[in-house]
Amino acid sequence: MPQTIVTEELEITGRGGAAKPPSADGGGDDGSFGASAAIPQRIYVTGITIAMGAILMFFMALISAFIVRKGVGNDWRAFELPRILWLNTIILLASSATVVLARRKLGREDREGFHHWWAVTTVLGLFFLAGQLIAWRQMVAGGFYLATNPSSSFFYVLTAAHGLHLLGGICALLYVGWLRLHKLTLATATEVASLYWHFMDGLWVFLFLILLLGR
Amino acid sequence: MRLRKSCSGSAAPAVLLAIVLLILVGSTLYFHIAKTWWFPPAITPVGHEIDRQFMITLVATGIVFVLAQVALAWMVFKYRDHGQKASFVRGNHTLEVVWTTATLIIFVGLGVMAQHAWGQVHFGGPAPGAVPIEVTGQQFVWNFRYPGPDGKFGKLNPKLIDASVGNPLGLDPNDPSSKDDIVSPDLYLPVGHPIELLIRSQDVIHSFFVRELRIKQDALPGMIIPIHFTTTTTGDFEITCNQLCGSNHYHMHAMMHVMSDADFQKWEQQQEAQNAQ
Amino acid sequence: MSTHAPSVHHAEAPKGFIRHYIFSLDHKIIGTQYILLGLSAVTIGMILSVLMRIHLGWPNAHIWGFANGIMTPEDYLRTVTMHGTLMVFFVLTTVPQSGFGNYFLPIQIGAPDMAFPRINMLSFWFTFLALIVLLSAAFVPGGAPISGWTAYAPLSALGEIAGPGQGLGQTLWVTSIALFCAASLMSGLNFLATTIDLRAKGLSLMRMPLTVWGWFITACLAVLAFGVLLAACILLLLDRLAFTSFFIPGGLSVSGQLVNHAGGSPLLWQHLFWFFGHPEVYIAILPGMGIISHVLSTFSRKPVFGYKAMVYSLSAIGFLSFTVWGHHMFISGMSPYSAIAFSVLTLVIGVPSAIKTFNWLGTLWGGRIQFTTSMLFAIGFVSLFVTGGLSGIFLAQPALDLYLHDTYYVIGHFHLIMGVAAIFAMFAATYFWFPKMFGKHMNENMGKVHFWFTFIGVYCIFMPMHYLGYEGDARRYSSTESVHYMTEMHTVYLFISIAAIITASAQILFYWNFFMSWIRGKRAEQNPWHGTTLEWSVPTPVPHDNFAGHFPIVYRGPYEYSLPGMADDYVPQHLAPELVARSK
Repeated sequence: MPQTIVTEELEITGRGGAAKPPSADGGGDDGSFGASAAIPQRIYVTGITIAMGAILMFFMALISAFIVRKGVGNDWRAFELPRILWLNTIILLASSATVVLARRKLGREDREGFHHWWAVTTVLGLFFLAGQLIAWRQMVAGGFYLATNPSSSFFYVLTAAHGLHLLGGICALLYVGWLRLHKLTLATATEVASLYWHFMDGLWVFLFLILLLGR
Repeated sequence: MRLRKSCSGSAAPAVLLAIVLLILVGSTLYFHIAKTWWFPPAITPVGHEIDRQFMITLVATGIVFVLAQVALAWMVFKYRDHGQKASFVRGNHTLEVVWTTATLIIFVGLGVMAQHAWGQVHFGGPAPGAVPIEVTGQQFVWNFRYPGPDGKFGKLNPKLIDASVGNPLGLDPNDPSSKDDIVSPDLYLPVGHPIELLIRSQDVIHSFFVRELRIKQDALPGMIIPIHFTTTTTGDFEITCNQLCGSNHYHMHAMMHVMSDADFQKWEQQQEAQNAQ
Repeated sequence: MSTHAPSVHHAEAPKGFIRHYIFSLDHKIIGTQYILLGLSAVTIGMILSVLMRIHLGWPNAHIWGFANGIMTPEDYLRTVTMHGTLMVFFVLTTVPQSGFGNYFLPIQIGAPDMAFPRINMLSFWFTFLALIVLLSAAFVPGGAPISGWTAYAPLSALGEIAGPGQGLGQTLWVTSIALFCAASLMSGLNFLATTIDLRAKGLSLMRMPLTVWGWFITACLAVLAFGVLLAACILLLLDRLAFTSFFIPGGLSVSGQLVNHAGGSPLLWQHLFWFFGHPEVYIAILPGMGIISHVLSTFSRKPVFGYKAMVYSLSAIGFLSFTVWGHHMFISGMSPYSAIAFSVLTLVIGVPSAIKTFNWLGTLWGGRIQFTTSMLFAIGFVSLFVTGGLSGIFLAQPALDLYLHDTYYVIGHFHLIMGVAAIFAMFAATYFWFPKMFGKHMNENMGKVHFWFTFIGVYCIFMPMHYLGYEGDARRYSSTESVHYMTEMHTVYLFISIAAIITASAQILFYWNFFMSWIRGKRAEQNPWHGTTLEWSVPTPVPHDNFAGHFPIVYRGPYEYSLPGMADDYVPQHLAPELVARSK
């Protein structure tokens, strides 16, 4: 083997040399957690971001199954989507607006305003879920069950999967809004919950478009 | 460095490892050169091409295999702890670039070389005058269907499938084309003719494989998948199922008989006569 | 000047047996629970494989545990299915990552615990539940499924008419895997958040031990891949229970019975499964690669050769693993043109693996090699990885796969990589970290005997399988009696079976060593191997919050061995510069 001894300045004076005052919420890539056993708040935002990525992959798998199944079998029958879905979409979009409002109130220390708009968001979320159930009933009334046709199968699977994830989001809203938080600050908790909420909203718009256009 | 004496300076593990690796390399080289257990002779031109590609890959990977195992054995022996100081080396950029590039060229090069044989099997349609034969897999038998003198395959109806009355494929008796279809539990081919096998399944996924053809194709329910080849040698060859299809997967066996033109026509006439009865 | 951050009141361990040992939030306990779960699963899986080999070697032998002592073809396939499922999911996916990773990731990055301890605990109990559900399939009417760990549709979707065990057994299997997906997603999330946000001061990404890099990239793969498998499982359950037709085409007649489904695509299952399945096998090996780099460096007393290249190659393997799934489907009937793309990508993914092998050899070169048991397994890993990896070059070419697909050649290939190399990494990790985990030394002499039996044994088991593949012998065959060219190979089958029985028996040495040392092994000092990374800077037993309130600052990279001019042949990561002893 050729001479490959690499002589270099010995790296024992690392970047940790002059001890910077450790900050509780940590710094950037150099890894500066280490002040105390306190977990930095931003970790919850990291966590929900990763969770959203995982959930997105789950839905992408369902959507690619949708696309393949539609192309492969010659038995795909299009059907008219229940009209209430449009109303549900508007309700969910509105709830994203109200959650932003709620956070703004919190930022201005207006606790009452925060709780008001946070409650409105939660109620809108519940209305959305109720609306989805009505949409299901309309499907059944039209004779479209889970196994009636691949197009109806995917309708139920996609809306059910989204609805279940949204239900999780509603539970998060309830928890953050009215139950005692232990490790998270209210600011972080509302950031995390609202990120997830916007994700549910955007995901629904995406799914709705797929169902509309892929019909 | 104050590890236990038994760990440092001992040549025994290094020697033992060298012996084991040399036996590994030696036996592997022997079995490959002697072809102790090997592919049966190929009976298609594409099969010979595949064999050539296999040998090239074997030589390339074989050289790497021998060098890597020997290098491992040698390094472990030479650099065993006998009181020396380790060389403080973080890496070597040039070496990294060189061996990365070399590996990339060799690996991708092998892949590029293999494309032609793959294309022979799967790109393009059947040669003109190809004999079409439908291959149907089901739990746990193969059936082979020939179109008969009219050259057309009759319609199949799953509702009519009943092996006990001699209709394992569900041939529709109302379709005039199906009357002269020949259904056989074994595959008969005329040597030297281009063949088109239409592979399908009645229930779960099976896989049609004949070693000497060097061709394997999964039989997917819901699809008809064509494969094309020409045989060069007569003989009897075993057909196996190569995709787990249920309990008797191991027992889904048939024979492929490659015969001269004259013999094949005789066989066809025999089958047609039986159909007429 | 102090070498650590100001001390802080550190959390106390919970009192009470249940909260301390059963429903623990401590990553060290959870990691140990995962390792013990994996040990249970591997024991069952190994026994199943020995039963398979007995049946193949001596087809008329009476085997205890089966009705009338006979292993029927269905029994054989149930054994194959459960063996594969247990090993791939409950051993290879859990132990290296959720087992050792859970235990040592927080310590190696200077954190008190994982980011989300409650989610960590939840992920273990979901895995435990998944294992129970899987094992229960063996005890229901019809027994365990016979469709293999890959559960191809329609065989897996049609229900009882497709075969024994395909009723309730298959449904339980799918449910178990779905639970496992949820567990793995939670675990991966935890690993990522922890590595991103909880690293100690001074521990930049390029100063992380390669074990941490291995766990980190693996977690990325897990988070992106398991959701796809979960979706596939849900669709399969619907086909089985709700009369949908995602995977079942029309016009099927199974044993003369018409099937009332239509329009589905069996290929769709394969695409979804393998899109997950290929990253999955890299999930099985990447932590092992990290561990091997770590162990080779420690016992060569040299830095890892080409640390940056190792990081880039781990990342490249991770990224590319999502692009090669079609190489499992060359023969499936999918577009032969796409096969070309998958083939090239598969060959490309071989390159970073080759780089890692060269760098492992480079780490050994010029070293001062200590033959501890852990090091022997690491060296064995390199040999096995070379052999198993090279056979992949054949399978990556569709033209060659035409012959080799679904033959014993494939079994030889993936066992050498997963069923042996990855296991060797786990053995190396066990012998290496046992002193830190349990405060005792494992018996080195017994460990060495274990190594030699196993190393020679696995080559005797799996090399001959490549030759069976050359002869064209099919896999998943419960008997060779129906095919003449397979019957002719009986001597080889017998040889493999004998080797398997001897090798499996030799594992008793490991079990004995593991448990006896745990109970009354020789007491271990804090840093018996003179390692540089943070796990060796903490006392044994490890305090509840890992660092007893004194969280470290990291001053240098992870593999500063044999630095010129130093008194010792290692400089720990956490040692402040002014405290490093120089040679006179």
